[in-house]
Amino acid sequence: MTKITLEVNGKKVSKDVADHTLLSVFLRDNLNLTGTHVGCDTSQCGACVVHVNGKSIKSCSTLAADIDGSKVTTIEGLAKDGKLHPMQEAFKKTHGLQCGFCTPGMVMSAVDLLQTKKNPSEQEIREWLEGNICRCTGYQNIVAAVKDASTKM
Amino acid sequence: MASLVGSRVERKEDGRFLQGKGRYTADINIANQTYAIFVRSPHARAKIKSVDTSKALKSSGVVGVLTGKEIAEDKIGGLIAGWAIRSEDGSEMKVPANPPLAKDVANFVGEPIAVVFAETLDEAKEGAEKVKVDYKVLKAVVDPADAMKSEAIHDGVDKNLCYDWLLGDRKAVDEAFAKADKIIKVDLINNRLVPNAMEPRACVVDYNTASEEITLYTTSQNPHLSRLVMSAFGGVAPENKLRVVAPDVGGGFGSKINVYNEEIVCSWASKKIERPIKWVAERTESFLTDTHGRDHVTHAELAVTKEGKFLGFKNETIANLGAYARVFGTVTPTYLFGPCATGVYVIPAAYSNVKAVYTNTAPVDAYRGAGRPEATYTIERLVEKAAMELGIDKTEIRMKNFPTEFPFKQTLVHTVDSGDYVAGLEKAKQMADYAGFEARRKKSEVNGKLRGIGVSSYFEACGIAPSAAVMSLGCGVGLWESAEVRFNPTGQISVFTGAHSHGQSHQTTFAQIAADELGVPMENIDVVHGDTDKGTFGMGTYGSRSLTVGGIAIVNACKKIVAKGKRVAAKMLEVNEDEIEFKDGEFVALKSNKKKTIGEIAFACYLPGQRDEMKSPIPEGDEPGLIESSFFDPANFSFPAGSHICEVEIDPDTGNVKVEKYTAVDDFGRIVNPMIVEGQVHGGIAQGIGQALHENTQYDETGQLMTASYMDYTMPRADNFPEFNLGFTCTHATSNPLGVKGCGEAGAIASPPTVMNAVIDALGGQEISMPATAEKVWKACKTLKKSNAKAA
Repeated sequence: MTKITLEVNGKKVSKDVADHTLLSVFLRDNLNLTGTHVGCDTSQCGACVVHVNGKSIKSCSTLAADIDGSKVTTIEGLAKDGKLHPMQEAFKKTHGLQCGFCTPGMVMSAVDLLQTKKNPSEQEIREWLEGNICRCTGYQNIVAAVKDASTKM
Repeated sequence: MASLVGSRVERKEDGRFLQGKGRYTADINIANQTYAIFVRSPHARAKIKSVDTSKALKSSGVVGVLTGKEIAEDKIGGLIAGWAIRSEDGSEMKVPANPPLAKDVANFVGEPIAVVFAETLDEAKEGAEKVKVDYKVLKAVVDPADAMKSEAIHDGVDKNLCYDWLLGDRKAVDEAFAKADKIIKVDLINNRLVPNAMEPRACVVDYNTASEEITLYTTSQNPHLSRLVMSAFGGVAPENKLRVVAPDVGGGFGSKINVYNEEIVCSWASKKIERPIKWVAERTESFLTDTHGRDHVTHAELAVTKEGKFLGFKNETIANLGAYARVFGTVTPTYLFGPCATGVYVIPAAYSNVKAVYTNTAPVDAYRGAGRPEATYTIERLVEKAAMELGIDKTEIRMKNFPTEFPFKQTLVHTVDSGDYVAGLEKAKQMADYAGFEARRKKSEVNGKLRGIGVSSYFEACGIAPSAAVMSLGCGVGLWESAEVRFNPTGQISVFTGAHSHGQSHQTTFAQIAADELGVPMENIDVVHGDTDKGTFGMGTYGSRSLTVGGIAIVNACKKIVAKGKRVAAKMLEVNEDEIEFKDGEFVALKSNKKKTIGEIAFACYLPGQRDEMKSPIPEGDEPGLIESSFFDPANFSFPAGSHICEVEIDPDTGNVKVEKYTAVDDFGRIVNPMIVEGQVHGGIAQGIGQALHENTQYDETGQLMTASYMDYTMPRADNFPEFNLGFTCTHATSNPLGVKGCGEAGAIASPPTVMNAVIDALGGQEISMPATAEKVWKACKTLKKSNAKAA
C-alpha cells in the first residue's frame, strides 16, 4: 500500500492504495468518479482518458501511485460553475455522442488537442482521435464538434 | 405552435453523458457486494471430466464457487433460441441444450464452466485460477463450409445441421434460368464480425432476503424480454419477483439482445449466496462470448437478358450459428436474410436456400442489420458484376429493374408499401457527381493510383413486427410495443416506453412526438424506459423498431389522452364533445371560444370536484385520473430504402484503400429529428466500411479466437473515414400513422457492397473478399499489373 495525494477536479484527496491500483480504478472505485469509463484491457479504446497536469493520458494504463502529487481533471471536473466547457457544448450542438460511453474520453482527448494546437485541420483532428474508439457516431459529428469548439476555445 | 417532429432538437440525454453523470451498469455498486469471475473453457471443444473447486473455496476472500453441477441440480434452464425454423422437408430445426454453466461438454472457447465469488475482484480472480477443470480435448469443428462433413458436436444434431431452409420456388427459378442470355455467378464470404459495443457487458444483482426479490441491473437492449426468458425458461424467479433494470447502456448493435449465461448465473447465485454480486466483462471476454454477427458462405446466381433485365435469382448459403442457437440466431439467416436477397428489383423467380450449421465458435446472432447486410451484399455484388459483364452502366442496370409502382410485391415475402427507388438513385448520382467520375479516375491514374466507384441500392424490412406475421414464421413472442402516458396533476408528463435506448436518443425523439401530440413543451415530458418495475411490458429495441413500433404506441396513448381530455373539456365547458377542437395544447369550444388548457384538464381529472358544488368534471362512463396506455402492433414491417455511392483510391504499392467519397441517399419516410437520423446513418456506414475494409473475426483451426482484443481486431478509427455526404428522399410509410420508417441499420446494410463494388471496380473486376485489407489488395494489384502487361 502507498499513500498518495492528488488534486482531483480541484479537490485535494489523500488515500492509501495498493501499488498495482490503476488510476482508472482509483477514480471509479475510490472516488466514485464513474464518468471515466473502461472499454478495453489493452489501452486502445480511450474511454478512460483524463488529464494529468493538463495533459491527456489513458488512466487505464497509469498507476495511481505513479502520479502522486499530480493534478487530475476528469470529465466531472470540466464544467465550471454549472456551465459546460465549450467542448461539451460543441458535442451537444453537433450530436457528437450517441450512447455516451466513449464520450468522456473523447471529450478529454479533444480538449487536449485544442490546448496543443489551435484550429487543427480535419485530418489533424481525425489523426489525434486515433486513440479513441467510438462505435456509434462514425466520428463525423465528433470531428464537427472539435471544429466547432476550436472557434470558441 | 411549430411542430417539433422534423426539427433538429438537441438531445435531452447529453447533459448527463457529457458531464460523466451517465449511469451504466458497471457504475453501480451495492453495499456488501461480491465480485464474480467466470472460469471459462480454454478449449473450443472438450469433454469436462471433472471440476475441482476445493482449492478455490479455500482461497482468500472467496465466498462461493458454483459449477454446472449445482445449476443443473437447481433445475435452472438454459439459453434459448427465439425462433423455430422449419427445414424444406418439413422437419423442425435441431437445437441443442445450452446450459448457463457447461457441465459435461464445452463447445467454444470462453464458454463458462464455473463461477467464483469473492470479497474483492482480485480475490475472485485468484480463486478462479484455483478451480481445476480436467478436460478431454476433442477435435473442434470451426469452418462452417466443412461443418456438415465433420463429426457432430451436439448429440442428436446430424451433420451439425440446425436446418436446411428454403424460401421460394426452385422449379420456377430453373425455368427462368433456362431462358436467360447469361448467368452471373458469385461466391461470397460474409465475414464474421464482433459487434463491439464500447461498453462491455456487465451485471449487478441484488437479492432482497426479506421480499425475496431479485433486482438485476444489466446491459440489455430489452429488459422485459430478459425477465421473461429468465423467468419462463430459466426458472430463476417468478416474473413478479424479478426486476430487470437496463440503465444507461453503452451501445448494443444486437449484441445485448440475448440473455447471457452470466446474467442467469449471477441472478440465481445471488439468492444462493445471499449476497449482491457484481460482474463486469473484460474486453477479451466480450470478444469471446458476446454474440457475433454475419459469417455466411454464399453461392448466388442471377439470370439476366443481354439487355440487363433480371429473370431469376438463386441463393445457396451456409450460415454459421456458432456453438448454440440463440434468440435471433436462427431467424437472422432465414427470414431476415432470404426475402431481402432479391433486393430492390423486380425478379420474377427466386429462391433462397440456407443451411445453418453449428460449429465450435461463439454463438452468432443479430448484429446491426441482421441478415439484411448479408442479403444486400449478395444481390448487389451480383448486380454490379452483371453490369460489368454486360457492359451496361451500373446505375442504368439498376434503374432498369427497379419497381416503379407501389405497393411493390417483392418476389419472396414482402409487400413494400411505399418507395421511390429511381428518385433515390438519381439523387445519389447527382450528389456524388457520378458523371464526373471518369475524369477523377484519370487524375488518380496520373498519380499512380487506382480509383474505383461502387454503387449499391438497397431496401430492408425492419421495424420488426407485426406479431401475427412474425409468430406465423416461428417467432416465440409477439413483436408489438407498448407505451403509457401519465399526465401528472401538476402538468408534467411521464412517457413510459417498452423500447430501450442504448444510443438511439429516445428521450429526445419520443419527447418530440409526445409534445406535438399533447401540445405541451418538450421540457414537460420525461421519457422513462429500461426498468421492468416502471411502465408496461415492452419488447425492447432491435431491428430498427423503436420509432415505427414503440413511437407509434406513444402516439396512440397520447391520442387517448386527448380523446379523454375532449370529453372532460366538453363537460366543463358545457358543450357537446364534437364542438371541442384540440389544438396547441388547448381544448377550445368552437362556438363560444371558451377554452381549457390540457394542464387544466389534467388537474381536473385528478381533483374532480369543487367546494360547495356537487359537480364533477368527469363525464359519466369515465374514471378520474389521466393515464393512458397503448400496445401497438403495426400492419406491416417498414421498408426504408436508398442508394449509396462510394469512391475509393488504391495505392498499388501498399494496397492501402482510401475511401475518398461516400454518398448516401436514404428514404426513411417522415423524419422526426434529422440530426439524430444523420447520426444513425453515419454510424451505420462506419460499421459497414469496417466490415468491408477492416474488421474480421478469425478463429484458428483448433477454434482459438485469434482476434480477441483491440490489438488484433481492427476497429475503425476516425482517420479511416472521409466526411460522409448524406441526402434524403421521402415517401411516407403507410403502415403507421406517422409515416415513419426505421433508420438504425440502413447504413450498415448498404455500405459493405457499396465499398466492395468500388474496390473491385478499381481492381478491374477482380473478386476480392471482405475485409479488403492492404495485404489482399496489394496482391490483387500485382495480379492486375501482370494481366495488364499481358494484354499490352
